[in-house]
Amino acid sequence: MPPIVLTVNGKRQSVDVAPDTPLLWVLRDNLGLTGTKFGCGIAQCGACTVHLDGTAVRSCVMPVAAAAGKRVTTIEGLSPSRSHAVQRAWIADDVPQCGYCQSGQIMAAAALLAKNRSPSDADIDAAMTNICRCGTYQRIRAAVHRAAQEA
Amino acid sequence: MERREFLQTASVVGAGLVIGFYLPPGRGRMPAATGPFAPNAWLRIGTDESVLVMVDRSEMGQGVATSLPMLLAEELEADWSKIKIEFAPADKAYTNPMFGMQGTGGSTSVRAAFTPLRKAGAAARELLVAAAAQTWSVDKAECRAEKGAVIHTPSKRRLTYGKLAAKAAALPAPAEVPLKDPKDWKILGTRVRRLDTPPKVDGSAQFGIDVRIPGMLVAVIARCPVFGGKVARFDATKAKAVPGVRQVVQISSGVAVVADGYWPAKKGRDALEVSWDEGANASVSSASITQLFAQRAEQPGAVARHDGEAETALASAGSKLDAVYEAPFLAHATMEPMNCTAHVRPDGGGVDIWAPTQFQTGCQQLGAGIGGVAPEKVQVHTTYLGGGFGRRFELDFIQEALEASKTAGAPVKVIWSREDDIRQAQYRPACYHRFRAGVDATGQPVAWTHRIVAPSIFARVFPQTIKNGLDEEAVEGGVGMPYTIPNVHVDYLLTDTGIPVGFWRSVNNSYNAFAVECFIDELAHAAKRDPYEYRRDLLTKAPRHLGVLNLAASKAGWGTAPPAGRARGIAVYKSFETYVAEVAEVSVASDGAVRVHRVVCAVDCGPVVNPDIVEAQMQSGIVYGLTAALWGEITIDKGRVQQSNFHDYRMLRLAEMPHIEVHIVPSSDAQGGVGEPGTPPIAPAVCNAIFALTGKRIRKLPIGKIV
Repeated sequence: MPPIVLTVNGKRQSVDVAPDTPLLWVLRDNLGLTGTKFGCGIAQCGACTVHLDGTAVRSCVMPVAAAAGKRVTTIEGLSPSRSHAVQRAWIADDVPQCGYCQSGQIMAAAALLAKNRSPSDADIDAAMTNICRCGTYQRIRAAVHRAAQEA
Repeated sequence: MERREFLQTASVVGAGLVIGFYLPPGRGRMPAATGPFAPNAWLRIGTDESVLVMVDRSEMGQGVATSLPMLLAEELEADWSKIKIEFAPADKAYTNPMFGMQGTGGSTSVRAAFTPLRKAGAAARELLVAAAAQTWSVDKAECRAEKGAVIHTPSKRRLTYGKLAAKAAALPAPAEVPLKDPKDWKILGTRVRRLDTPPKVDGSAQFGIDVRIPGMLVAVIARCPVFGGKVARFDATKAKAVPGVRQVVQISSGVAVVADGYWPAKKGRDALEVSWDEGANASVSSASITQLFAQRAEQPGAVARHDGEAETALASAGSKLDAVYEAPFLAHATMEPMNCTAHVRPDGGGVDIWAPTQFQTGCQQLGAGIGGVAPEKVQVHTTYLGGGFGRRFELDFIQEALEASKTAGAPVKVIWSREDDIRQAQYRPACYHRFRAGVDATGQPVAWTHRIVAPSIFARVFPQTIKNGLDEEAVEGGVGMPYTIPNVHVDYLLTDTGIPVGFWRSVNNSYNAFAVECFIDELAHAAKRDPYEYRRDLLTKAPRHLGVLNLAASKAGWGTAPPAGRARGIAVYKSFETYVAEVAEVSVASDGAVRVHRVVCAVDCGPVVNPDIVEAQMQSGIVYGLTAALWGEITIDKGRVQQSNFHDYRMLRLAEMPHIEVHIVPSSDAQGGVGEPGTPPIAPAVCNAIFALTGKRIRKLPIGKIV
């Protein structure tokens, strides 16, 4: 099996794993990028959300082979020093509680704002389908609006 | 805690860990370490002005990594921007005084620490002030502490804590320290930003599942799908054929497939062939459990409360109401699946445990037993917890990692899949409530009987607390029914079902609030009274209940017309010494789906440490309880859990989020917790609103669709 080559956070990576290995576990176990989380393994919760060529995808069900040759951005690569508008808004509104889902929430919000600079509540409802068991949704909504305004 | 003895620190071990231990009073103190000032187990001030607070409770979202340092920093007069945190190791110095063990739960953290941590901060401040006074050769009374420095008021000379640290470390601890008057608080009571937010927005916060140790392997475990079942035999051939699988080992909970990473371990488990001895529970089903409960409810139980003579009063009452309420088993579904990393070294070489755990003492004792070493040789490294909700007070996943590491001879991280998490847990007890009430001609209740049939968590974890068949935790909120009724009888039938039960956010309060607050609503409607006013008139002897009830009703606009198509319901409940009332505003769609649009919450938790965290916790507790009320149900067939993941164990999502308003009652009454009390009132508030809207009384959770 030839190694699989992909670009992660701007860096070319070559990984030697079974091609059906989900991108999530390549990021976490092979590349040590543990900011992307495992929540359900069936694309339900969104804790594993990363950007693939700029689009939010759920990496727990994406075979790494499908990411070959593509650009992957994880929470670690979203910005240097938490400077992305979404991260700043998340800090300003103290959104996280346990924090486990928040990498995925932030990546979903960043992808939404990249396509829609001024999302309505309905747009946010449609795009932000990630699960948060701490129930931070009200602050997530406020922070997405804040990020849209301040971006 | 009125302890006078001070926690003195001692040595700095390994990677900057402060190990605290008790020194009995009068034994003097350890020679001062050069460098950091470490006057107690929770605080270390460095010559570089760093202020490190050891957080000895588990941060699972409830905010202890901010609220506990706030307590200490207030009295220390620290510069808040200099505060850093570290999670405390397992050590007697960090015992939760409300438990007698090091653990986080029962909404105890702030209540238990409120005095000790402020005293610890005050004692450190006194030493720093004394050190400055000595340096300047002035009277201590002329000096004051402010924002991380001591100032000599007459001369305006100033020395920062970092510069005073070495000298302060050499001074004897003060015998008595004054605490600030709450009116002088600068940090407590304010909306201090959470210290754990920045690492939680860039992926750097380390949760248990993120732990990486050199040489570490990852294990996924095959467990019997029937509770209590065991491995009969297994064939590892196919599992070992999966590339990356290193070992297949039997442990007490099942068979561990140990591999280079999660994915090969999981593939290995999928390929593993195991035959199970399913044991005694293989024929248990939800139907058989309901039948068991109903049968048990026909007999008298252990008496939990007995005021007056309810049976006599019922017999002579003008009219009677009779109702059965039922609630299902519930899984916790923390976002971070269960996991633990352990390294059990051979030949008594010590044990390390890295875990998202709520129970450090339990981890340490378990590690000592399995590792064959004294507890002091077991280092417990608590990470951030991706949700706890009581699930992480359990030690099943800790034990698995310890056994897998010991057997495999390597550091091992055990990771549960979501399916494992939903199917192999300890659940919020399912339960059955039989109510009877007698009312007089005016609709006033004269008798109330409440029979609770449920499995007991404490019978499993602390069996010695069960007296004459009564689990006092199982009936809290039933016993605490706050309405003035002259004749009350509450009893309990401890009923094991074979399904393990455990602590679930707000524990048994979650079901007793549903049952009691819906049945009182039935009485109000039977009396043709407004349900808020009916409660209010029966709560004249319960002022804190009444306070939150009135506040929630007023803020919700109770008595005014809700938006078209909606109705309001109300509930009030005390748990963990905190009083919460909630008003829910709901509609029902044409397909029967319930939508909760707005929740108004009033909370009285006594003195507030951080109102922003109180609000967040109320919101969080409401979402947790609402999710369960709408859809939460673990059902059993052939001894197996039928749900498996978020597609069939549904979670509330952002689009379904009600707008929640939280109103805090200013209060100097006894302090309560905030992590759990938001949860119990939401199910009855929503069910009562559904009744107001549709006339359909929900007596069995989950609500599901209204048809």
